[in-house]
Amino acid sequence: MNLNFKHEWIETNIGLMAVLTMLAISVGGLVEIAPLFFIDKTIEKVEGVRPYTPLEQRGRDIYQREGCYLCHSQMIRPFRDEKLRYGHYSLAAESQYDHPFQWGSKRTGPDLARVGGKYSNEWHVQHLIAPRSMVPESVMPNYPWLQTTPLDISDVTDRMKALRKVGVPYSLTEAEYKANAQKFGETVARQLHIPDAQKNLIEQANFGNYDGDRSGISEMDALVAYLQVLGTMVDFSKYKDDAFVDSR
Amino acid sequence: MSEQKLQSQTVQTTGHAWDGDLQEYNNPLPVWWVYTFYATVIFAIVYWTIYPSWPFGKGWLGGVADITYVNSDGETKTHSWNTRALLMEKLNAASVEQKPYFDKVASMSYEQIAKDPEMSGFIQSAGKALFSDNCAPCHQAGGQGKIGFFPNLTDDDWLYGGTYAKIHETLMEGRRGYMPTFGEVLAADQIDSLANYVASLSGIPHDAGKASAGNVLFHSETAACFYCHGGDAKGRKDIGAPNLTDNIWLWADVPGSDAAEGKIAAIRNVIAQGLNKGVMPVWAGRLSSEQIKVLTVYVHDLGGGQ
Repeated sequence: MNLNFKHEWIETNIGLMAVLTMLAISVGGLVEIAPLFFIDKTIEKVEGVRPYTPLEQRGRDIYQREGCYLCHSQMIRPFRDEKLRYGHYSLAAESQYDHPFQWGSKRTGPDLARVGGKYSNEWHVQHLIAPRSMVPESVMPNYPWLQTTPLDISDVTDRMKALRKVGVPYSLTEAEYKANAQKFGETVARQLHIPDAQKNLIEQANFGNYDGDRSGISEMDALVAYLQVLGTMVDFSKYKDDAFVDSR
Repeated sequence: MSEQKLQSQTVQTTGHAWDGDLQEYNNPLPVWWVYTFYATVIFAIVYWTIYPSWPFGKGWLGGVADITYVNSDGETKTHSWNTRALLMEKLNAASVEQKPYFDKVASMSYEQIAKDPEMSGFIQSAGKALFSDNCAPCHQAGGQGKIGFFPNLTDDDWLYGGTYAKIHETLMEGRRGYMPTFGEVLAADQIDSLANYVASLSGIPHDAGKASAGNVLFHSETAACFYCHGGDAKGRKDIGAPNLTDNIWLWADVPGSDAAEGKIAAIRNVIAQGLNKGVMPVWAGRLSSEQIKVLTVYVHDLGGGQ
């Protein structure tokens, strides 16, 4: 019984058994994860997707802090009912600069992947302060403090540097800035330049006046700026309705 | 106890021994379990063959199942099975049922649609679904609006016009309400006079002396209210300046209160602070042109259409 001999041999050599166990359990990872680095169809090639501006990024931080993802997904699946209600299904390319992504897995509230531009800033502000004043049947909690809490912008450059470390193309050097200008255009590249982050944030907040209150920059400004950009970066009118069928 | 003894006598051991006498029983798996396992292996292989599965080169193996659909250019395409192609197929199937209606909507004039009972039924059901999804968050489920925020769509008063063409324009292009702030331009008593005059236009109890001073101010270059609201204060629909004479209030109302003083205070507030709200999103691009046409007729039919 040659087979029995081997079996016993492995079980009595703990070092060998550890190595073989590791090999066995890494098969799943090798098959499911490793190919993603080589498959070039995973991320769709679309124009318009860019990293968030400093203000939007701070809004995204607040989105995470308040746990919005616990009730709201940002992932429109390729189903007819979801297309009719939320719009075009989400592309992998659209969350390529999200760290971490906000796809979520639970919809107590509606999906937010394409909420940008669907409602006015004023609606968002009022709805975040008192959701039931706008949607009587809503079960969303009130977030009145967003409007009254000034946005902390002191660490926005550090936050962007951290994201840069994990691969978001925010620029620190002149060379990186030029590369961004090439890739995203000058206007966007300026927003992605870390040394100008605070200035850019203040400019965007003052110009957009998202919370309807000009006296200062509140957390509401940042969150509404973020919500209003969700799902708006790709202009789907430029693509055929089956343009992304291949990427699955 | 006796059972254990029995087992030790009948069950074979695997044959190895550790530490001299530590042995292991060899209890084979039940036959049904083994065959179920083999069946799952066969199922997996069949599944891999039919559906996309293994990574391969720079892509993956697509499987033998395929889906045929027609894209927006009318090209018939066959693609290996995936959820995005499946969506195309489902949209094609749904459009077979809906397309005749949407085609009719596209080809008929508003007046024709309104007169056609079959199309009116379609507008009522399709329009309700579209309205609930897209419009109700602001204008509320019945189109009654929200005082202080979003206009009522069921009454005869329209900021930008209630004809089919104007409703369509509002949906396509969106709107942005704006009134300048007068708090720094006018003195407090001037604002008070204007508020009394505006209240008088709608028959709200007011101070007649202040109102006549406000009347002069309203039509003067100092306040220049007439630029937007018109000499007769009936508003200008081309810029969304509301009619101030009809006692219908969107921005300057005190819900639940009939007290004149409260209303006048609310009017003063609007004059002093101005308005930079009343934003209607752009729906062209988000909704199809047929959907927007359906909504135009639906909103027109809510009660206030002109």
